[in-house]
Amino acid sequence: MPSLGADMDEGTLLEWLVHPGDEVHKGDIVAVVDTTKAAVEVESFVDGVVQQLLVQPGTTVPVGTPLAEIGAGATEAPVAVPAPAPAPVQAPVQAPVQAPVQAPVPAPVQRPRRVPEKAPMSVQSPLIRRLAGDLGVDLAQVTGTGPGGRITHDDVRRAAATGRPRARPARPAAVRATPYARRLAAELGVDLVALGKPDGAPVTAAEVRAAAPVRPAAAPAKPAASHRDTAAMRATIGALMARSKREIPHYYLTSTIDLHAAMAWMRRRNEALPVTGRLLPAALLLRATALAAAETPELNGYWKDGFEPADAVHLGVAVSLRAGGLVTPALHDAANLGVEQLMASMRDLVTRARTGRLRGHELTEATLTVTNLGDQGVEAVLGVIYPPQVALVGFGRVVERPWAVDGLIGVRPLTTVSLSADHRASDAMTGARFLGRIEEHLQRPEEL
Amino acid sequence: MAEQQGSRPALTHDQARRTVLEVILRIVPDADVDAVTDATRLRAEFELDSLDFLSFVELLSSAAGRRIDETDYDRLETLGCCAELLTGSTAPTSPPT
Repeated sequence: MPSLGADMDEGTLLEWLVHPGDEVHKGDIVAVVDTTKAAVEVESFVDGVVQQLLVQPGTTVPVGTPLAEIGAGATEAPVAVPAPAPAPVQAPVQAPVQAPVQAPVPAPVQRPRRVPEKAPMSVQSPLIRRLAGDLGVDLAQVTGTGPGGRITHDDVRRAAATGRPRARPARPAAVRATPYARRLAAELGVDLVALGKPDGAPVTAAEVRAAAPVRPAAAPAKPAASHRDTAAMRATIGALMARSKREIPHYYLTSTIDLHAAMAWMRRRNEALPVTGRLLPAALLLRATALAAAETPELNGYWKDGFEPADAVHLGVAVSLRAGGLVTPALHDAANLGVEQLMASMRDLVTRARTGRLRGHELTEATLTVTNLGDQGVEAVLGVIYPPQVALVGFGRVVERPWAVDGLIGVRPLTTVSLSADHRASDAMTGARFLGRIEEHLQRPEEL
Repeated sequence: MAEQQGSRPALTHDQARRTVLEVILRIVPDADVDAVTDATRLRAEFELDSLDFLSFVELLSSAAGRRIDETDYDRLETLGCCAELLTGSTAPTSPPT
């Protein structure tokens, strides 16, 4: 059972997406795991063949419990952690990713232990709800065959096949595809046959995703989250935040930034961009923060026995869920994403966070978190650091205010940026330099 | 609903209103759209954050068959305004591109 964040002690295996004998590759999604916050897709971190599934669906096990054995002659390794270096494009970034897993989980804290009460109808995972929604299946009419009466993907698909023939997934016989690619194709409405390759190589999940019709960012949100156990989620958030406040000597700095140049640049840029690629101020703020973090390594990394700087900036983005609560998945290697790329990645990440399609590594690799409460109308946010990270950046709403420029008063769009930082890892001089760097980047938006 | 079409017969206000609400439902599937009136402020009513609102603009752009620019955002405040944008009963503030 991978640790999907420092606030996770245990997880419930919801479903296997592979079977013994299946060949898996590093980064393939092999299982769906439920935390108190979200159903998360868990990736294999090795190549090999699934030998044995050790944990049955519906079972709640502590973090660290092996879930399956994956071997290929020589390489035998239990799938116990999510893929360490997920995105195939990027350079391997091993250390930071595994850090949360090894972070000392303080024993003295008696976390409220929640054994999820099993499966009243309303606790189906977002993935199931989404599949049911896509296939037009009423979950109330489906008999679950999973543990505790949980409804599995197969149940939904069976119901779809018997009830409404039109919803049947693409014909499987015609083309080879990995099992997950097949599921994904059914969910996303992708015709596998069209993706079939002349050489008969199996279609992969990545190819299915690439072929999926582009969805509007927030469109597929399902009411699923509203049925989550909000008390358990609050307890999880509470435990982590209490640990943070108990262990981390926070200091706070704030600064007001004139966004006139940044907003004017963004408006001009947006006139040239298609509506689908339009930038939001948040993308500029995240970009400036990522660059500043790369220049201020003292704030980007983890506190374990001492401070360990990360070798890339994986920017955690606090995403509020519609039904309450929040998750903070990471934008991988954000300092090397251009502002438009970063905008697209942010939309993708937020959409998936709200529809229960996050990957395991996205919940663990953040090296610095940004919270942007601007949409909620507040002018500043002084946040609580996510252990084992050592800093958190907050942006308030962009407001128009009188502002002195060159000895004259003008009306300018302003935002208040705040830094909460761990005094064990840095002092206020470092924090001040960091906020200064953010501001400088925002004053030169054309270089973002 | 969101298909790009060329010229199309002008929508009635009611049809336009329904289209706007369909767009809302795609973004907030469990939204209660029965109680809204033309004066309802959409962003506040449905708690649309800036990303949601961008999706809303995207979908509405394709429903309206024309690009909605950031300079038009002021006119997307209420349900009634959005419906007017779709029926074309108000001229765009910037030429479609």
